Amino acid sequence: MMIEILLAVTLVGALVTFVAPNRIAGKLAFAISLVPAALSLWLFAAFDGSGNALLDGELAFESQASWLEVGDYTVSWFVGLDGISMPLVVLTTILCTLAIVSSWTPIDERESQFYGLILFIEAMLIGVFSALDFFLWFVFWEAVLIPMYLLIGIWGGPRRKYAAIKFFVYTNVASLVMFGSFIALVYGLDVSSFALPEIATAMLEGGPDGLFGLGGSALASIVFVGLFLGFAVKVPVVPFHTWLPDAHVEAPTPASVLLAGVLLKMGTYALLRFNFTMFPEQVEAYAVPIAAVAVISVIYGAMLALAQTDLKRIVAYSSVSSMGYVILGLVAYTQFGVGGATFQMVSHGLISGLMFMAVGVIYNATHTRMVTDMSGLADRMPIAVGILIAGAFGYMGLPLMSGFAAEYFIFFGAFGSDLLAYSPLFTALAMFGIVIVAGYLLFALQRTVFGPYRLETDYEVGRAPVHDVASMVVLLGLIIALGVAPDLIFDMITDAVDPIIGGEL
Amino acid sequence: MAVVQLPEWAALAPALILAGTALVLFLLDSIDPRSTNRPLLAGTAVLGSLASLVVAVWFTAAGVGATGIENYGVIDIMDGQFVVDRLALYFMIIIATVTALVAVASYDYLRDHTYQAEYYSLVILAATGMSMMAASNSLVTIFIALELTSLPSYALVAILKDNRGSVEAGLKYFLIGALSSAIFVYGVSLVYGATGSLQLEAVATGLTNAGEMGGLLGLGILMLIGGIAFKTASVPFHFWAPEAYEGAPAPISAFLSSASKAAGFVLAFRVFTTAFPLEATTAVIGVEWTWAFVILALVTMTVGNFAAATQENVKRMLAYSSIGHAGYVLIGLAGITADGGEFVMGAAMMHLLVYGFMNTGAFLFVGLAEYWGVGPRFEDYNGLAERAPFACAAMAVFMFSLAGVPPFGGFWSKYLLYTATLEAAADNTILLVLAGALVVNSALSLYYYSRLVKALWIEEPIVDRDRLAQPTALYAAVIAAAVMTVVILPAFGPIENAAIEAAAAVVA
Repeated sequence: MMIEILLAVTLVGALVTFVAPNRIAGKLAFAISLVPAALSLWLFAAFDGSGNALLDGELAFESQASWLEVGDYTVSWFVGLDGISMPLVVLTTILCTLAIVSSWTPIDERESQFYGLILFIEAMLIGVFSALDFFLWFVFWEAVLIPMYLLIGIWGGPRRKYAAIKFFVYTNVASLVMFGSFIALVYGLDVSSFALPEIATAMLEGGPDGLFGLGGSALASIVFVGLFLGFAVKVPVVPFHTWLPDAHVEAPTPASVLLAGVLLKMGTYALLRFNFTMFPEQVEAYAVPIAAVAVISVIYGAMLALAQTDLKRIVAYSSVSSMGYVILGLVAYTQFGVGGATFQMVSHGLISGLMFMAVGVIYNATHTRMVTDMSGLADRMPIAVGILIAGAFGYMGLPLMSGFAAEYFIFFGAFGSDLLAYSPLFTALAMFGIVIVAGYLLFALQRTVFGPYRLETDYEVGRAPVHDVASMVVLLGLIIALGVAPDLIFDMITDAVDPIIGGEL
Repeated sequence: MAVVQLPEWAALAPALILAGTALVLFLLDSIDPRSTNRPLLAGTAVLGSLASLVVAVWFTAAGVGATGIENYGVIDIMDGQFVVDRLALYFMIIIATVTALVAVASYDYLRDHTYQAEYYSLVILAATGMSMMAASNSLVTIFIALELTSLPSYALVAILKDNRGSVEAGLKYFLIGALSSAIFVYGVSLVYGATGSLQLEAVATGLTNAGEMGGLLGLGILMLIGGIAFKTASVPFHFWAPEAYEGAPAPISAFLSSASKAAGFVLAFRVFTTAFPLEATTAVIGVEWTWAFVILALVTMTVGNFAAATQENVKRMLAYSSIGHAGYVLIGLAGITADGGEFVMGAAMMHLLVYGFMNTGAFLFVGLAEYWGVGPRFEDYNGLAERAPFACAAMAVFMFSLAGVPPFGGFWSKYLLYTATLEAAADNTILLVLAGALVVNSALSLYYYSRLVKALWIEEPIVDRDRLAQPTALYAAVIAAAVMTVVILPAFGPIENAAIEAAAAVVA
């Protein structure tokens, strides 16, 4: 029942916020969002699951009830958490609360609708990470799109309409490809429901029989590729990344925080749950191309970031390379690789959330995001800039911060991969990405925050508001906590990862 | 168990209650002809349709029409001229729901109109006809019910007497309607000539003696299909629909495009499953009648969606999209095979139910916009969400649901229809084409539906608006429809089973 309560509280909160007067909407939404945040932390503390939700072992907070019949298949309300989804749920609730706080300054019109939509997205994201029935999961997955489309389209920057439509069309088309592929797979399998564990088991015990004249293994390969393409857009990996900088740059700060912090993880989470859990044979067959895509995403994303002069675009493109690491970790198919990828999902959610917030704070103060327009901000807003620098170091993988742990796990896992041919080569290439990351971040920092104070706009820059600093400090605290003690979540993750790679429970 | 054994005709109660309500409204009108007592008139209409709804739901829950329950089961009235079974009750529920929503919304929409009592009595009278249509089991009663629906509808479309568009639309609707009626009744006479009966089961029996009259019967069937295509606004008898929906008052557009269409479909479902069993009919006329529906469905959904995509006028867009949806539902008939088809027909019925909420709601929202004095084009809707977030949120729900985006009801019913089509394709491969067309058309429809959402929520308004009025009844109707579009999800399973069961009863 706990997950249902969590969802219900957030949804009802969204509705209440939607009707509340604009004046109090921000504070109200914050107060409401504390409830799911506290609940999810309580779930985290009480978490007692073991193993993988789709394969083996015990689920935490599981509940299942049959919902409707579609032909010969049962669709059920089926939710539960394992070591992979639990940290992501906590990440969602915490980031949403902080995103709400960081909206107080920039959002000054139609507030109640804005905060209502944020809480609605939060509920849908929790649903995505906890649903274990394909249909239920797909409903949550698609339901994230509409509010995000509105958030970008209504509260975004000057080119918001273009960015919103592009985001909607790209991700919706991707979803259709993914949906069609997976439904074809289910029809080809000998199952009677859309429950993911049942489908995963059927996949591992022989796979599909074939459909419409296609052989079983051909069908599995097509579905694998279809799913991969569908999720790759969401992640996004090169060359499906072009919607991301537009959406990020035009989106209001809190939407960017959620977009980078959680929405991108939907893609990698789905890849892990579907492609990498259900199709071990195809993973082996396609390992090299996938790793190549991952490495290209890392390097190319970083190079694109290097070429930007808009601070927000820099952070946006850096997500492309960070997500490339996740894919590399997944395709390594070792405990540290897949576990590190999951760890990186959480870590990147925190760090990119922090970076977008910091950029948002700077923008609120200076009304510009161009690196070329600013200089010496450290003098005027020392605390905010300090946090920005700390976040950048987290991105670069400074030891004792979560980024370092995540990347270390991934590289360690990828280097020793048995599945991936030429794994040392791929790992070495990906590690080179770190150098570029450090390059563009230091380059941007040096020009914006250090040196003499100079700003080519008419705004008088003062210190950042306390609530913005406070929410960034919370994130920084979490980043350092995970960096110092990765075991806070890594044990939980490896428990769930082991069954995927065929290890012990 | 029943203490008082009710006479059989009492089973028609959902339709009779509507008829009674219409008479009460006439009475009120004759007592005070110029009455503008809107609460009384609208209240009577709403209460009447809700009573009809409650009775229909109660009958369904009590097991009327279900086989295997003592004292109940399918109820034949007047030697099978009418029949009350699951199918009839299912559609009576749809019709009563839409009527209630329309009556509620009309309360505000008709604020400054004369002819209040006439309006409501015509609405209820048309609803009576639709309800009767759901239960008609003979070509005669079907024709009477059809005319009982059509005649008030013509008047309703033209009821805005000062509006040229409305009058013109009414005239066009009337002329095409009269022509279609003539075609239909000619088809009835041909069927009678070939089989010697009008009662549907008797027609089916009469098929065995139809021997050499296959051509006659085939022509008759074709003409019946023409009449049905008119009522359901299917291509090629669709071109009255955009004009009529555009010219009519918005609640009437909602009424015609949801309830009237559902009534047309129940007619088609019953006639073709009961009177013309596929195998026996094919033996006489030499070709499967499902082919007609395969072509009809394909053409209707494609024409409707492509035409909708090019519209600049919101009401016309909705009109064409409703033609597109008629195409989806026609798959229900196209998918019938010699040994079944209840799944695909049930799925089509399910889509009609969901459609009843989302399409009615969409037209009622247009009614709300007309009430505010918003113009007819997409641009005129720009930025409405700033002033009316709730109604616009409801409209976004309708649009996304009509387009088939999860998590709304429209996604589920379309998916169900898609699955059912694929399953039927195992017997009749041509249905794969329909399944593909369904997906492609749905994807296309997202373009023009999201265009309206974009106008409402994202575009800047082109005129400055003051605070918009908040007509309680219109709002209530729109929000209720939106809530139902979402709330139907938890109950989707049981309702779906009921629909398939109802379909199975007539298909078998």
